[in-house]
Amino acid sequence: MTPELPNILISAKDLYLKAGRHDLVEAVSLEVSEGEIVSVIGPNGAGKTSLLKLLLGLYKPDRGSIRRRLGLRVGYLPQKTSIDPVLPLSVARMMTLTESFSRKEVETALAETGVLSLIDEPLQTLSGGEFQRMMLARALLREPELLVLDEPAQGVDHLGEAELYGLIGKIRDQRGCGVLMVSHDLHVVMAATDRVLCLNRHLCCEGEPQEVTRHPEYLRLFGMEAGSRLAVYSHHHDHVHGLSGNVETTEFKQAP
Amino acid sequence: MSFLDDFIWRAVIAGAGVALVAGPLGCFVVWRRMAYFGDTVAHSSLLGVALGLLLGFNVMLGVFAAGFAVALVLSGFLREKRLSGDTVLGTLSHASLSLGVIVISLMTWLRVDLMGYLFGDILAVSHTDLYWVYGGGTLVLVLLVLLWRPLLAVTVDQELARAEGIEASRYELMLMLIIAAVIALAMKIVGVLLVTSLLIIPAAAARRLSRTPEQMALMAAFVGVLSVLLGLFASFQFDTPSGPSIVLASLMLFLIGQIPNFRKL
Repeated sequence: MTPELPNILISAKDLYLKAGRHDLVEAVSLEVSEGEIVSVIGPNGAGKTSLLKLLLGLYKPDRGSIRRRLGLRVGYLPQKTSIDPVLPLSVARMMTLTESFSRKEVETALAETGVLSLIDEPLQTLSGGEFQRMMLARALLREPELLVLDEPAQGVDHLGEAELYGLIGKIRDQRGCGVLMVSHDLHVVMAATDRVLCLNRHLCCEGEPQEVTRHPEYLRLFGMEAGSRLAVYSHHHDHVHGLSGNVETTEFKQAP
Repeated sequence: MSFLDDFIWRAVIAGAGVALVAGPLGCFVVWRRMAYFGDTVAHSSLLGVALGLLLGFNVMLGVFAAGFAVALVLSGFLREKRLSGDTVLGTLSHASLSLGVIVISLMTWLRVDLMGYLFGDILAVSHTDLYWVYGGGTLVLVLLVLLWRPLLAVTVDQELARAEGIEASRYELMLMLIIAAVIALAMKIVGVLLVTSLLIIPAAAARRLSRTPEQMALMAAFVGVLSVLLGLFASFQFDTPSGPSIVLASLMLFLIGQIPNFRKL
């Protein structure tokens, strides 16, 4: 047994996930420690969500190993949760979906993310931002040691986005939990993160935000636009792995 | 044996028992968009009937076994995703119904009332049927209550539930078992072709009248029982076939529930 630092929450070594003939995740290793915010960025089809699902145990890796700290409590905010309107669910009921909590506990969690007033509303009436905050509160109820957030700011406008990442930072400060999140929205994430992993099926580069933004692999992935104010990307078909998950990798391979 | 000797009372009690169970279960069928799935399982019932008659055990047990087997095959096919779900369901649904009719017609030594199986024969409910309905029904209700939270969690978001430690596949399997069981119990009441209506229509009617999943389940049970009572009453009154009368009664309740602001009336 290799001695493990007690504050490492989850570590993955050399993960592979195949989808059909090509790899969706290739040789990815990472770890998340207590009190650390780690962001995974990358273009569409880069395997960000797949990587999270591997770490959560929702997918089985084709190769590689994942070690979680014993009894690790995880709070998860999935990328897409669409609640069928035929299901009459209120916020309060959604909060106690997999475990029961007292009304008081539910109220405290909702207050922490600023959506207490919605407690008895039907889920279908929530706006994108309200929904994400509710889901975040839901994750917090479980007193997580590790928060796994898949595109937490989706459906949230620009102002709300900065607020939401601010909230995530505050939660980390107060609770000391580790945060692993996926985003494709570069600038806000860069400001709110301790460590950035730049993923395009394999790990292109990783490090502190300032280092990563100067890394040649990062610049190649996100191009000049990474330097501009708006986080627009995914127009550069110059990376050897291709950008879209649906497209054969080989078609985009550059001549050496 | 008192009033149970009266076939009308047996019909009422059996029908109400089945509706009581079908309502809450039907909510899951509606929430998970399994209406056609249920239909396909139901259409396999004739195979189960043939099986039961051939091997000489209770027909409900045969229907349950055939339904569960078909449900397993179906979910395997649906996971493959090579064909769209509705194509797979449409194929198996009609194929199993046809196979059932053919197998039964080949069993020339038996006189089988095909119409009764297809459209229900609630007035022919026997004492034994009653025991099955209430024994099986109680078991299903207890299971539903015990498994309610994980079943609902898996229904709302399967991956979220799994990430939070719920063994989704185990509960999905249980749900299929329960669906097969309830279809077997309900077949006698409204028949193979109409059985899913007892699952779906009360649940659909309950939707607008409820604010929580639990309310919807109770409301669906209530609407179901009311449909059986109204349907049977109409059937006696106007001498109409009882199975279809029950279905139309539930449709009527569904339509009443759709009246705007019905909750506030």
